[in-house]
Amino acid sequence: MEHIVIIGNGISGVTAARHIRKLSNKKITIISAETDYFFSRTALMYVYMGHMKFEHTQPYEPWFWKKNRIELKKGFVERVETASKTLHFSNKEQMNYDKLIIATGSKPNKFGWPGQDLKGVMGLYHKQDLERLEAYAPNNNICKRAVIVGGGLIGIELAEMLHSRHIPVTFLVREDSFWNGVLPNGESQMINEEIRKNGIDLRLGVNLKEIKADDNGCVKSVIIDETGEEINCNVVGLTAGVSPNIDFLKNSDIKLGRGVKVNRFLETNIADVYAIGDCAEQHEAIGNRRPIEAVWYTGRMMGETLAQTICGNRMAYNPGHWFNSAKFIDIEYQTYGWVHGAKGKPDYETQFHWMHKSGNKCVTIAYNKNNNEFLGINTFGIRMRHEVFDKWLTEKQSVNYVIDNLKLANFDPEFFKHFETDIRSAFYKNNTITQ
Amino acid sequence: MGTIQRNMSLTGNASDTLNTLQKLGTVIGLGGLAIIVFSLFNNFQNKALWLFIALAAITAGVILYSKGLYANKPAGIKNHGVWFKSISSRGFWGWITGITLTGFYIILYFYEELLGANPNGNTGIVALFDPLSYFLSGNAASQWFVYGTLYTIAIFAFGIKFIWKYKHNKYEQLRTVSVMFFQTAFAFLIPELMSRLNNDSFSLPYNDLKNMWPLNYYAFDGWRVDQFINAETIGIAFLLFAILSIFVISPILTYKYGKRWYCSWVCGCGGLAETAGDSFRQLSDKSMFAWKVERWVIYSVLVFSVVMTTAVISTYLGYDSEKYWLTKDVFLIGVAVFLGILFAAIWYFKKEELAKDARYGAIGYLVIVLALIAIHYFTNTANNKIFLFEASKLRSVYGFLIGAIFSGVIGTGFYPIFGNRVWCRMGCPMAGILGIQQRLFSKFRITTNGGQCISCGNCSTYCEQGIDVRAYAQKGENIVRASCVGCGICSAVCPRGVLKLENGPLENRINPTDVLLGNDVDLMDLVNKK
Repeated sequence: MEHIVIIGNGISGVTAARHIRKLSNKKITIISAETDYFFSRTALMYVYMGHMKFEHTQPYEPWFWKKNRIELKKGFVERVETASKTLHFSNKEQMNYDKLIIATGSKPNKFGWPGQDLKGVMGLYHKQDLERLEAYAPNNNICKRAVIVGGGLIGIELAEMLHSRHIPVTFLVREDSFWNGVLPNGESQMINEEIRKNGIDLRLGVNLKEIKADDNGCVKSVIIDETGEEINCNVVGLTAGVSPNIDFLKNSDIKLGRGVKVNRFLETNIADVYAIGDCAEQHEAIGNRRPIEAVWYTGRMMGETLAQTICGNRMAYNPGHWFNSAKFIDIEYQTYGWVHGAKGKPDYETQFHWMHKSGNKCVTIAYNKNNNEFLGINTFGIRMRHEVFDKWLTEKQSVNYVIDNLKLANFDPEFFKHFETDIRSAFYKNNTITQ
Repeated sequence: MGTIQRNMSLTGNASDTLNTLQKLGTVIGLGGLAIIVFSLFNNFQNKALWLFIALAAITAGVILYSKGLYANKPAGIKNHGVWFKSISSRGFWGWITGITLTGFYIILYFYEELLGANPNGNTGIVALFDPLSYFLSGNAASQWFVYGTLYTIAIFAFGIKFIWKYKHNKYEQLRTVSVMFFQTAFAFLIPELMSRLNNDSFSLPYNDLKNMWPLNYYAFDGWRVDQFINAETIGIAFLLFAILSIFVISPILTYKYGKRWYCSWVCGCGGLAETAGDSFRQLSDKSMFAWKVERWVIYSVLVFSVVMTTAVISTYLGYDSEKYWLTKDVFLIGVAVFLGILFAAIWYFKKEELAKDARYGAIGYLVIVLALIAIHYFTNTANNKIFLFEASKLRSVYGFLIGAIFSGVIGTGFYPIFGNRVWCRMGCPMAGILGIQQRLFSKFRITTNGGQCISCGNCSTYCEQGIDVRAYAQKGENIVRASCVGCGICSAVCPRGVLKLENGPLENRINPTDVLLGNDVDLMDLVNKK
């Protein structure tokens, strides 16, 4: 029986395993050094905030793995020897595979800041990060202040987490407005406002110079590069993005870039070795997507696709229209298609921006100014239907069509106030496009 | 990890200490409760005044506490620290509350004299409630009047707390206003006021219009039916409404909106669970094992209630055949024919949708019901024995086991241990019937939003019915489950906008998928074709 070994029990590896099991009787082993069972990484924040217990983040009960004959192995793979198809574990154990799937995900970025390895400095990615946070920032007596470095999705989540325990937070963001590399200005400013409204000390346009230690090797303070200001703190959260977790492959024959280099079939340069999820790097980016996509659902999709290939139906990874979602403290965000921030915005893209007077709901619709083709939508505080936008994007509908039919895309709970009429009239008032 | 401050608050932030308003609310509310307890030992002179003070203090206490907790917080999900607080995570205060509530229910059901209930003149707590009871119905209070009053106050006061907590969610607010209204008006005030109409020549049984059989297992007890019939026009109207509710109104509403129209918008048990019990919703068991237990237990109770009710009705039809236009034999044959047709219809239309075990269960139970009725029909019942026991015995066993122990002592007393809907999930025969219909013949479903689910598990954790919502959402599958009461909390707590309660077309209501939206279309075709 062919032995499929998967390194990494995150969403990519587990999805691959589940689908291989659906399609075949192959022997499947999942290896993880992090946890015994698959859990939802995105839910770690809710454990710290007391919304859930860690067990609740595990989508499958322990009996699931046995029932589906998926073997779970706890261990750290130190080296991969592709010539003999052997994995070497840190405890000197070995394991042979017939096909190997690398799904080891990411690790938080560290940019060589002085003091970045001190006690009390941590990212927020692994379960161990959560345990460290619980140890260093259990409450505001032990952690008088925390400083977060890096203004992305994980940064704002960490800020919300610490804030839930009334720990004062200073949030250092390199950009001059939160996440404006991705979000258009109006939206980015709305999130700045949301962060500040929650009492978080948001510092825009600043960089970390160094982290200082006390006598015990614990974090004492950080120094801001631009101003030289010293901020006393007990915890530093490094949330300046993530990069592929592939150090253990450095001495293997597997070709690496920033991640494990794969083709559209998620195959590496070595036969029978594949890579999926955050750690995989496409030779060429697919559409507007990045070569490395550290997104929950792309990991899942790569797992679904690779399972087909492994089970004899060779299939290219072919993601559909871009979509994503996040939550910025109390403001929900969804995006379908492409809406660019000021920086990366292509010439042909024009945006229509609508904001509700409450200041916590807004919509940005991007369209091609040459032919009015709808390109994408960002929606904050209003839920919208994935299926509808996916269809409209495939059909290349015009922006007028989208505006006129926006109601069909509404996904808010029953009895919620609707804003389609507002949005529509604002659109036709401010635009040269006529009805 | 033991450094988190544990406190008594029902919800709120992990390291929050109580603010002034919350402290004030706690003191006033507990003060009101203390007056009621104190009345056990002290015969208040001005009972009306003290009762008013006590009830007002309890209500005001809860409202003040809630105001302190939520009024100045931004709108949004308020689940910080739920699993850190002992009251809401089966900690010390959770157990204390559970034991206290359970004790209260045991006294209420079996030792009402301890509360002061006495047909020849109440004392203690029941006596304290006499003035209100005289004011409303003109009669002395009973332990059930005390319970009904406190129950209504709990739904009202904690309903306000709930509305504050979900200030960003109109669906949650509206259905809470609805249960507050139905409890206060239909379950409490109207029946009390109606009993004013009773006199020597005219009397109606205490009748909560919205309380339907089989949740109201005594709906068709002989004495009630007799009273309705004797009360002529108005009584017959009530009786007809009760029957109409079961066979016409409920099926239509459940078809259009799912069982939530009753369980989360109207029902008193559901009302208490959603308001006073809201802090315990996360304690329901989500395991596959619990689901299996649930299905066996709830449908067993349903069968029990059908058998019991049939037996009770056939008994009084049997020995009083002159009085009713329906004879015992016709009734029994009617029940058998009705169940037979119902089962045949389900089998014919929905065979593919029924999981294997559900089919076995359904066949098994149908056989039992029919067999029991057959045995009875072919047995001489001159000594009034139904099956192996007398019907009244069956009725009292049901009343004891299901009516008192299950729905009261376990169902509510164990809120802080098993969660707030354990009765609705495992025991309520009404929920059983509505659930079968919701699963098979209803437009209601919870829709999932394409590929947006991140499997975080908030939905499953906060599902009071123990449904593993995430298991469906992460597969992009609609949630169509018999037990779902449509409370909408899964949708409210979802951080990615994935879930929506909807009434839509029957086609594709159940939509198992292998590959979620977002992945290549060809792959979806391939997998779906398979």
